[in-house]
Amino acid sequence: MADTWTICRRELAGYFGTPIAYVFLAIFVFLSGIFAFYIGNFFGRGQADLQAFFVYHPWLYLFLIPALAMRLWAEERRSGTIELLFTLPITMGAAVLGKFLAAWIFTAVALAMTFPVWITVNYLGDPDNGVILAGYLGSLLMAGAFLSIGSCVSALTRNQVIAFVVSGVVCLGFVLSGFPMVLNFFEAFAPPIIVETIRSFSFLDHFHAIGKGVLNAVDVIYFASLIVFWLFVNALVIEWRKAA
Amino acid sequence: MIEIRKLTKRFGSLVAVNRISFDVTRGEVLGFLGPNGAGKSTTMKMVTGFLAPDEGSIVVDGVDIARDPVSVKKRIGYLPEGAPLYGEMTPIAFLGFIARIHGYRGSEAKERVDSVIDRVSLESAAHKPIDTLSKGFKRRVGLAQAILHDPEILILDEPTDGLDPNQKHEVRTLIRGMAAEKVIILSTHILEEVDAVCTRATIIADGRIVSDDRPEDLLRRSKGHGALRIRLRSGGDPDRAAAMIASFGSLSGVKEVEEVANHEGTVELSLFSDGGVVPTVAVADAARSGGWEILEMYVERGRLDDVFREITTDIGPKKDRKKDAANRGGADHG
Repeated sequence: MADTWTICRRELAGYFGTPIAYVFLAIFVFLSGIFAFYIGNFFGRGQADLQAFFVYHPWLYLFLIPALAMRLWAEERRSGTIELLFTLPITMGAAVLGKFLAAWIFTAVALAMTFPVWITVNYLGDPDNGVILAGYLGSLLMAGAFLSIGSCVSALTRNQVIAFVVSGVVCLGFVLSGFPMVLNFFEAFAPPIIVETIRSFSFLDHFHAIGKGVLNAVDVIYFASLIVFWLFVNALVIEWRKAA
Repeated sequence: MIEIRKLTKRFGSLVAVNRISFDVTRGEVLGFLGPNGAGKSTTMKMVTGFLAPDEGSIVVDGVDIARDPVSVKKRIGYLPEGAPLYGEMTPIAFLGFIARIHGYRGSEAKERVDSVIDRVSLESAAHKPIDTLSKGFKRRVGLAQAILHDPEILILDEPTDGLDPNQKHEVRTLIRGMAAEKVIILSTHILEEVDAVCTRATIIADGRIVSDDRPEDLLRRSKGHGALRIRLRSGGDPDRAAAMIASFGSLSGVKEVEEVANHEGTVELSLFSDGGVVPTVAVADAARSGGWEILEMYVERGRLDDVFREITTDIGPKKDRKKDAANRGGADHG
């Protein structure tokens, strides 16, 4: 556990040691604002909640999270530090978890930086802050799922661009699997049980429930088990392709 | 202290390391020699627990690395080939990280980092990002992380590669200074390095150990070992040179006389013995009675290059197999 934290701290320091962190934070806050206020029509809705803000998070994460995750393992591979890391007296679990946690904590910081939106809605109206908190937690959980996918894909290659594109596509699959367009397509020929299974894998479905302030155990377990699954595959991928 | 048995690693159809077995004990500095792609680095990657062998075992003080990798890794310091480092960190931050991983906290961690920075003379670069440092400094950072926890086993993959002569000397001095109380395994292309720091030289070719000897015994196998090198003034007269060769060649104990060089009025000869020692006194007497002035005379130690080339190009199946792998589209591994 101490090793996990040591690795996490090094990784976090790595983010802030380069301009990446600040660029990412600025873009995240800027885009989430644009989405909420312009595209989401936050003011026009005349409602004291942050639905218009949260509803775009899956789309925001779709390209920002792969950008954050792409360097996690690809960079270790490219620079050869993966050899350094895995000859230190640490376990595979500590390395995978430490790096993932660093990226997740960083995402949490980015989310926290959007606090002006929360202040705005509290200034203008009287929102249910419990619902908003649930929205933030749900968003963070979903970001974790995106990150675990990105981390796993990043372990497959030494090329960050490939890692970015591939994890973007995989994440898109998870987001779109709840889209009516996609579900209608499958309904045309697949039995209902398959359509339901596809829908149940959707980020959107589970996220919307949380965003409405309903922190269901099912949705939390969904995202948590997704994270555990992808990190487990991540460890397998590293073990399998260490020499590559 | 380290027992390696029948270690084997394959990459696809290529057998990078083929049933290698050897032991290393405390106080030994084992030098891995071999052509590129011979399996030196792959062997080191397995001994440090980075790669899992396909077959065979690595046991450190009775503990099998496959069974308890973390406890074995604690006792090893490793400098990977090319000394990969986290470039965006400063040496002080990076070594702080390494210290924490090895379980040092607070003032103890700081002491460790400070003392290792002092040992590898890194003070002037300690606060600059590693990416901005020169090759020599980067290598020192790599060495520093390997020796920070004072490991019993030190494994260094080409520790002096790409360094200038002064830096090479510093690194060798550092290694020699630690040799007595540690097990050190290092790989190198530089044969003089083996002579300078190693107590034992293991030549690997084609994934197998082809020679395991002390450097001086290796030298003994060189054709030039024990030969007498002599340079005389000939005045540019070819008859005189021929007379010298005939005169020295007729001495008992001299098997063969070889003319190495003949220019600017001097002639340089190599006298090979017939198994014993070249009779230096008789040679000097013969020169005096001929009236030839001796400019230089010494007994050769032999050249590791010669032995190395002889041993590593001697292996017949090697070329054929590599060719096969290439034909099948297999890659050459290092």
